[in-house]
Amino acid sequence: MKTNPARPEQPKAKKASLKVVSSRYILKLYVAGQSPKSANAIVNIKKICEEYLQGRYELEVIDLYQQPQLAQGEQIIALPTLIKKLPIPLRRIIGDMSNTERVLVGLDIRKKA
Amino acid sequence: MTKPKLMPKPKPALNAKSTAKSRSQLPKAPTGIQGLDEITGGGLPKGRPTLVCGGAGCGKTLLAMEFLVRGATEFNEPGVFMAFEETARDLTQNVASLGFDLNDLTARKRIVLDFVYIERSEIEESGEYDLEGLFIRLGSAIASIGAKRVVLDTIESLFAGLPNPVILRAELRRLFRWLKDKGVTAIITGERGDGTLTRQGLEEYVSDCVIVLDHRVSEQTSSRRLRVVKYRGSTHGTNEYPFLIDSDGISVLPVTSLGLDHITSNERVSSGVARLDAMLGGAGYYRGSSVLISGTAGTGKSSLAAHFADAACRRGERVLYFSFEESPSQIMRNMHSIGIDLQPWVKQGLLQIQAHRPSSAGLETHLAMKHKLIIDFKPQVVILDPLNSYVIGDNQIEVKSMLLRLVDFLKTKQITGLYTNLAQTGSPVEQTDVAISSVIDTWMLLRDIDSGGERNRCLSILKSRGMAHSNQIREFLLTDHGVELRDVYVGPEGVLTGSARLTKEAENEAAKLIRNQEVELRRIELERKRTTLEAQIAMLRAEFAVQEVASSKIIGQEKAEKAQLAQGRVDMGLSRKVDAKPNKQKGDAK
Repeated sequence: MKTNPARPEQPKAKKASLKVVSSRYILKLYVAGQSPKSANAIVNIKKICEEYLQGRYELEVIDLYQQPQLAQGEQIIALPTLIKKLPIPLRRIIGDMSNTERVLVGLDIRKKA
Repeated sequence: MTKPKLMPKPKPALNAKSTAKSRSQLPKAPTGIQGLDEITGGGLPKGRPTLVCGGAGCGKTLLAMEFLVRGATEFNEPGVFMAFEETARDLTQNVASLGFDLNDLTARKRIVLDFVYIERSEIEESGEYDLEGLFIRLGSAIASIGAKRVVLDTIESLFAGLPNPVILRAELRRLFRWLKDKGVTAIITGERGDGTLTRQGLEEYVSDCVIVLDHRVSEQTSSRRLRVVKYRGSTHGTNEYPFLIDSDGISVLPVTSLGLDHITSNERVSSGVARLDAMLGGAGYYRGSSVLISGTAGTGKSSLAAHFADAACRRGERVLYFSFEESPSQIMRNMHSIGIDLQPWVKQGLLQIQAHRPSSAGLETHLAMKHKLIIDFKPQVVILDPLNSYVIGDNQIEVKSMLLRLVDFLKTKQITGLYTNLAQTGSPVEQTDVAISSVIDTWMLLRDIDSGGERNRCLSILKSRGMAHSNQIREFLLTDHGVELRDVYVGPEGVLTGSARLTKEAENEAAKLIRNQEVELRRIELERKRTTLEAQIAMLRAEFAVQEVASSKIIGQEKAEKAQLAQGRVDMGLSRKVDAKPNKQKGDAK
């Protein structure tokens, strides 16, 4: 079903991550069209990825309005939802990703306080 | 949490039914669930969401599922089932026992099952979110089969799975509005909360129609009930209605008729006892009426019931006999002893005896079971023997309402109902434990009369609506050829029955004989007197005749003597030459 991978982000910045994590991140961000929350989420997650996962992540942004059938398979309820496919365990982060701390916890980059 | 608006506005009364017909009715989506459509006046509000709530295990999911399946199979309205609690596989398996083949329905694109999986531990919240994903998901499911019906079971799970209830509430409100805009008829289920209909107060958002299911246990027996709490823009039954979940799905038992508008029949049916028919205006009970036989233990209530069953079967009618005290074989044996053979009717399928203990299930369950049996068997006669075995503890009010419903149901179906009521010794007989006498059309009283060292049965008719019935007490005999009614002896000593009656009758017979003999004696005496008198008269006559003859003879002699004397005087005068004739002698001579 996931035949249309959105533009994979190319790592650009060179900044060391806080944690020594070698594994590769596969992330999928599901959004609903051009809503403010969606736009914010895209901006925010890109920023976080660049900052903490530079060079070792794949981010796919999927617009559910374009592919509504994906919602069932991916068990999407809330939007925006970021799904961390790899590394395991699978995690979902919902919201506009404005709380960076929470996103980092969700991505297992930072331990829960 | 805010206080939910629980109280529905007072609905227009039932008499508004007729006026409402002329106005445009709220469009409704039939549920296809037995009884529910009757209570709601045609189904759930079409194109609007309905809230179905209740505690755990009360049948919410099942009701919702049946609504969907019936819609897809019977009303050509495909549906989407969004499950938040059970997986599609579990659901399919669970409802397969009710004969719903979800695999087939999903394959034929009549139903879409979507299990929403939410795992709280997987989810991290960062900033604001909305439920647009759910909307998209539901929207695409609806679009994929052109669904007209939607079930969300149980959407409150979202509150456990997702953070930030404030957002959720706003989003749910939006969801229900969205469902309305889509024009789908939706059922939203909710778990009963503490003091509220649902845990999250969903009734605030879904306010067009609210149905509450209940599963309660009293006196160790459980019963399921359903109540329509509110239904905007429509009249509905407001009571609690018992419902059953069985192999055919849900069946709700409505009061059957919200009004008293059942048709009545003028046809009469024999009670099976000729003499009783004669007492009942000469023709027996009315068809479709309710007959109550009350009496103390052993007064022959069941025998009368069996007579009626037998008579009905002879007419070729079907009889459903509910027994709460005796097993079918025991009934048949006992009735055989008074010459009623029920066995052949059972074999022919005309008579069905259902025996179970009242305590085997809750009242509502009993009622619903009876309902079902009656609908399946389609009897013309239903017998309940005895009614008041349902009274356990102090559930009289419930029993009464149940029986009222049953009586009502039978009446609307034009089924003649015969009920027996076991009166407690010592309590007034003209009173039933369950106080249903007011709905009874014909009420007969069987009574023991205790006198002269024996008990005798008596029957009288307390009331019988719409017929000129006898006011006489009859002695009620159980013979080896059935029930017999005899006139009781009514005399200066009061009412006599049994051997007292027989003795009295024998005494009367003897007294009559003696009287007859006396009369005969008098007659003979009279005859004798007459004969004597006549003899005397004859004798007197004879005497008189003799005297008459004698008298006339004397008179003749005297006359002759007188004439001779006169002649003698004349001759003497001639010889003496008398010229003057004295006057006196002249007269004498004449």
